[in-house]
Amino acid sequence: MSQQDKEQLYQYLLLLGDNAMILGHRLSELCGHGPSLETDIALTNISLDLFGQTRSYFQYAASLRDESVTEDSIAFLRFPGEYRNVLLVEQPNTDFAYVITRQFLFDNFHHLLLTKLSESSDENIAAIANKSIKEVSYHLRFSSEWMKRLGDGTEESRQKIQEAVNYLIPYAGELTKTCEVERSIADRGIGIESGSLTDAYWQNVSTVLKEATLDMPEIGWSQSGGKDGIHSEHMGYILADLQYMQRAYPNMNW
Amino acid sequence: MVTITEDRVRELLWSVSDPEIPVLSIMDMGIVRKVELADSHVLVTITPTYSGCPAMDEISSDIKKRLAEHDIDCKIISVLSPAWTTDWITQEGRKKLEDYGIAAPLDETADKKALLENERIVRCTNCGSTNTVMVSQFGSTACKALFKCQDCLEPFDYFKCL
Repeated sequence: MSQQDKEQLYQYLLLLGDNAMILGHRLSELCGHGPSLETDIALTNISLDLFGQTRSYFQYAASLRDESVTEDSIAFLRFPGEYRNVLLVEQPNTDFAYVITRQFLFDNFHHLLLTKLSESSDENIAAIANKSIKEVSYHLRFSSEWMKRLGDGTEESRQKIQEAVNYLIPYAGELTKTCEVERSIADRGIGIESGSLTDAYWQNVSTVLKEATLDMPEIGWSQSGGKDGIHSEHMGYILADLQYMQRAYPNMNW
Repeated sequence: MVTITEDRVRELLWSVSDPEIPVLSIMDMGIVRKVELADSHVLVTITPTYSGCPAMDEISSDIKKRLAEHDIDCKIISVLSPAWTTDWITQEGRKKLEDYGIAAPLDETADKKALLENERIVRCTNCGSTNTVMVSQFGSTACKALFKCQDCLEPFDYFKCL
């Protein structure tokens, strides 16, 4: 593999891993704070799955660099501008409706993406995708069921979940916005341009929203920037928390 | 000196238990994918049940420890492909799961039925009743769901199909 090809693959792996890591981190914040014991356990289970997937991507990414780069240095020692996650996954756990809506909007994309990546010409990515998709099917079912339960539930639950949908939908557009890294990687058959998932994505999202008796907000302008390393104000706080141990005690081990 | 054979290594691996479900051997779980003999060591290939399975490091060190007790030096390789499936749990393993109080993953026929009727039939591990409901898809570990029996009212774990 040429140096340039390697670098593109490395960047693509960050793109995949960062979404899983930052969402995993957000969900981990709910450990012990879920609205009920069952949902608490479910959300932290999903978090654990996402961290596992993150490790697979970062271990592979680290293997493309020299020995000074490890899965931990990739996870903990980058600056905010070097993280490639979408803005959606860094949005805060405002309330349970926001947590579920954020999860639902991400899971739908994640499932479609992994379906494609399971046929990647890169056998490591295909293996990670084939492994992850089984887990993500459970995530998608969980978040979709809660969308319906809350949307078609009580007057209050409906009002809250609709508010979360209205707030977060403008962040969903970035998921299916093709970025430069994806373009080069798609040419090599390793990954895909997320833009190619747009129709399927919105079709799936609107089907569930309809079943949940929720109104689909008009999809117009969308927030973006995360894939290029330009993040919302929340990212700094996330990293301050996430990186604290490694920054305070460099090279510490568990 | 005892000659190391693949069978001998496998036999030893049968005595390494799953850290989260101690009644099961890692062989019962289908976690060990390959055992190969190299010149100076043994190569054991394992695969995680779930990507984030926190038991993988412990399983690796348990394997090393067990083999070291028999003067066998080993290297562990972890692979993701082919992805682990509940189908790899042995029949014996399923029985041990049930006895331990964890409902085993449904067999294929039961799952198809479940798809059609949109509900799964999971037998209560306490009283054997099929009058059970799922409380949560996510249970005490990543690989389990939480069920409740409507007859004896006992909650129990169910090993999710993967």
